[in-house]
Amino acid sequence: MSCDKHIVNLMHNYLDGDLTKQEEQQLRSHLQTCQACQKHFHELKRTLSLLKGNSDIQAPTNFTASVMSNLPKERKRVSYSRWFKAHPALTAAAIFFVLMFGGIFSAWDQDNQLSYPKGKNLVIKDDTVIVPEGVVVDGDLVVKNGDLKIDGSVNGDVVIINGDHLMASAGNISGEIEQVNQVFDWIWYHIKDITKSVFAFTNK
Amino acid sequence: MEAKIKEMIKSVKKGDQSAYEDIVSFYQSKVYAICYRMIGNSHEAEDLAQEAFIRAYVNIHSFDEKKKFSTWLYRIATNLTIDRIRKKKPDFYLDAEVRGTDGLDMYSQLPAEQALPEEEVESLEIQTVIQQEIMNLPAKYRSVIALRFVDELPLAEISEILDIPVGTVKTRIHRGREALRKRLRHV
Ligand SMILES: [Zn+2]
Repeated sequence: MSCDKHIVNLMHNYLDGDLTKQEEQQLRSHLQTCQACQKHFHELKRTLSLLKGNSDIQAPTNFTASVMSNLPKERKRVSYSRWFKAHPALTAAAIFFVLMFGGIFSAWDQDNQLSYPKGKNLVIKDDTVIVPEGVVVDGDLVVKNGDLKIDGSVNGDVVIINGDHLMASAGNISGEIEQVNQVFDWIWYHIKDITKSVFAFTNK
Repeated sequence: MEAKIKEMIKSVKKGDQSAYEDIVSFYQSKVYAICYRMIGNSHEAEDLAQEAFIRAYVNIHSFDEKKKFSTWLYRIATNLTIDRIRKKKPDFYLDAEVRGTDGLDMYSQLPAEQALPEEEVESLEIQTVIQQEIMNLPAKYRSVIALRFVDELPLAEISEILDIPVGTVKTRIHRGREALRKRLRHV
């Protein structure tokens, strides 16, 4: 072990992958002639393989779970938003509900005018919409804020909002008839309506 | 993976705690091994590694996303461990330099009787022997050795983690390796 410390430095630099071609050549030729340095170099390499060879130390089981349970509580808002992400359909319904409530209520309040489809040969008497005998309404018929009397026929669904279907009438309805008279009915009607269009959209 | 980790960190920064779980499980063994190499017992290593992850979480907003997350995380872990070692054994040895600029001088620095007798060595797991010999190094050598041989980090990264010049990292690795060579020669 009487060699120049420069050689030992070269060994370490070599092990760190930090040697020029020229230095490497120098180390190589020295090692070929010097047994002591050869031994030294061999021991260094062996030390390295010992250190690296058992670097597969594993964290104890449940380590991650234990860290997670010791973290400070996260803000509520975020856990909600994550829940929303995990449940997109429910979230859509919830958001829809929140947004629509205001809109539906105001629509309910503001809109007290009789409304019915124009240009379908319907007859209006006071607040009653009449489908006269012999008249055929093609498509759905929606009447708002008024009663409906059907003497003719409707080729579609009938929806009466805030009004009555005058049962005395004897006309034909090919589809369903639906009466919406309460605020909640009204909301329900909207939800079904939107849901239908959502499904129609997603099914495309 | 680094890109994936960055995405997860963004979520954590927004407050999504669950995103942190994958980060912990990805780095747990590395951090644990670094702490273990430095502190020398599994119970304390687990404690320190846990603490490191919790601190990283609490301080996640101070992490600069342009940098490598592991560098920042390992820095927290090594600092915590060094602090613990200081508290445990506040003597000169911890900060002591292994004097000399090359391996040859190491012999005079490390008394021969500190190496384990051969019979004793044979009865121990090689892993335990290696760890014992690492524990005989001053703490600042241990941290360099731990980082270098647990995650095979480049010298420049170790320099950033420990906040010491690359030249110092190099010297410590050389000296630490030289000391271990001498101690593990008989294994
Ligand atoms: Zn030589």
